[in-house]
Amino acid sequence: MKKLILSLATATALTAAATTAAMAQMDKVKACFIYVGPIGDFGWSYQHDQGRLAVEKELGDKVETAYLESVPEGADAERAIERFARSGCNIVFTTSFGYMDATNKVAAKFPDVKFEHATGYKREHPNVSTYNSRFYEGRYVQGVIAASLSKAGTAGYIASFPIPEVVMGINAFMLGAQSVNKDFKVKVVWANTWFDPGKEADAAKALIDQGADIITQHTDSTAPMQVASERGIKAFGQASDMIKFGPETQLTSIIDNWSPYYIKRVKAVLDGTWEQVDVWAGMPEGEVVMAPYTNMPDDVKAKAEAVEAKIKSGEFNPFTGPVNKQDGTPWLKDGEVSDDGTLLGMNFYVEGVDDKLPQ
Amino acid sequence: MLEAILLTVATAATPLLLAAIGELVVERSGVLNLGVEGMMLIGAVTGFGVALSTGSPWLGALAAIIAGSAFSLLFGFLTLTLVTNQVATGLALTLLGIGLSGQIGEAFVGMPGVRMGAISIPGLSSLPYVGKLFFGQDPLFYVSIALTAATAWFLFRTRAGLTLRAVGDSHGSAHALGIKVIGIRYLAVMFGGGCAGLAGAYLSLAYTPQWVENMTAGRGWIALALVVFASWRPWRVLAGAYLFGAITILQLHIQAISLNELGFLPAPLFWIAELVKSVPSQFLSSLPYLATVVVLVLISRNRRLTMMNTPASLGRPFVPDR
Repeated sequence: MKKLILSLATATALTAAATTAAMAQMDKVKACFIYVGPIGDFGWSYQHDQGRLAVEKELGDKVETAYLESVPEGADAERAIERFARSGCNIVFTTSFGYMDATNKVAAKFPDVKFEHATGYKREHPNVSTYNSRFYEGRYVQGVIAASLSKAGTAGYIASFPIPEVVMGINAFMLGAQSVNKDFKVKVVWANTWFDPGKEADAAKALIDQGADIITQHTDSTAPMQVASERGIKAFGQASDMIKFGPETQLTSIIDNWSPYYIKRVKAVLDGTWEQVDVWAGMPEGEVVMAPYTNMPDDVKAKAEAVEAKIKSGEFNPFTGPVNKQDGTPWLKDGEVSDDGTLLGMNFYVEGVDDKLPQ
Repeated sequence: MLEAILLTVATAATPLLLAAIGELVVERSGVLNLGVEGMMLIGAVTGFGVALSTGSPWLGALAAIIAGSAFSLLFGFLTLTLVTNQVATGLALTLLGIGLSGQIGEAFVGMPGVRMGAISIPGLSSLPYVGKLFFGQDPLFYVSIALTAATAWFLFRTRAGLTLRAVGDSHGSAHALGIKVIGIRYLAVMFGGGCAGLAGAYLSLAYTPQWVENMTAGRGWIALALVVFASWRPWRVLAGAYLFGAITILQLHIQAISLNELGFLPAPLFWIAELVKSVPSQFLSSLPYLATVVVLVLISRNRRLTMMNTPASLGRPFVPDR
């Protein structure tokens, strides 16, 4: 029995030693990225690729990067991730919600490779981290601007899929708008796609034809911005600065700035200090950046800047009570702040959203 | 409001119509080219690039037609001269088109394009209700309607059209009669490529004047389905394209409208609206595709009718000396 315990102890010690060795510094790291759209979408995938380029620039010849674009969520994703893991990648960033299960599955087979999954919540193995940005902070600011500018009192919201990330954005936008105009209306159209310029344009047209005079989107193309510009109304950009597509149309845009996080994480692999994390950073960390406030009067700009500053300093959280759910039941008490868990699983609207949430 | 909806339906239907009319002629000649999506993308990127560098959307559209045709020649050479499998070659053409257009278009990403503006006829365009619909659309809308009429006339009213259909129905007999089967098929394939190229240019010049990778988002496949849906008849292709466009646009409007705004409706109509609103949006989004499947099932139920309309040599390779 003693012998057994002894050998077990030795084994444990050995494993520990092995782990420390694995944690040691590296001379060169291979960082790999998987994108759901083309890097030329000028939106979501484009911004992730900007992050990859920033890593290359920052770490120079200490890093080698590779990427796969337009990888569909599903069985293909698992193959793509596994291919990267096999090809000697030390860290793999999987940058779409739908890669969640595939990432965890592959991570189980390659314990020495680090995996970073964007916008997900499953960390089934110690080598899987999740990271996300608090885009809703920016959407709250957009809501404030929309309600201050809209003459019709109605904004049109082009949504992609009814996942918590998107629902959270609609709610934050609504709360921001309500902080200015209690009766502000938001019309929601679900495009059921992340990327289809034609369909997104059609959705924008439908919303404008039904009286919305501000357009915001949670889909990835610049088409809605162009439609708004053609129709002479204002709109918010998505994921990247879309001012070129609407010089007189874009009010601001939420820019996904992944660079700080990507640099930090790849460096951690180099230094051997990588640990599993669950990061949800926002404006304070510089991950959510607002494009310059344009095409609006100075007082609205000042108001938007003040709200942004308050969120940045951590003084204000968009999801602060009193807030009721859509059916009128209380959600947050006066002064109460929502916990992250509720936000990450958000499947309900706040009061005032005029839409039925697809389940 | 109704006019606005009809206008957007027309813009949604036009690219489908252009691509489908081209493919209809190709299939009438007995060739199945599944590369529509790829040819559209090549047209879209070429049209965008040429319009951007010359400043003229017209030159862009012309270049797109030429590029689409040239790209389809590759398919023609492989399937007609080298007699490869048409289905596999067509799929390969789509994949190549997606990749190639992305490569060519890399420099165009994030650049606002040149818009092909709507026409405006003084007096007529400002007529109430119908003015914009009939006299105020973008030029390619009129091209698509004219092309449908011309194709219908060509196929069923001219000798050349009869020859083309004969090639598609029985290439052996046509060959025995001294008709140049391969030559005619080459021309048909190039026509289809040109139309698909123009359809792509419609997307990157009129619909959403920008270039983004894969911007056709599956419209080439819908065009292919439309040809079968229309049982290889031009005017039915037009009807199908507009039906498809209408369902696409209407479901967006149904989503955007709120029941509070429909309070003025009499009770029975309001109940219908309430019922329609309660349908999940995912289902509404898939309606156009469901409608295609339903019609395909319906038309294929009558075997004789299907046989009568389907070009009998569709997809079958032809080697003259056999």
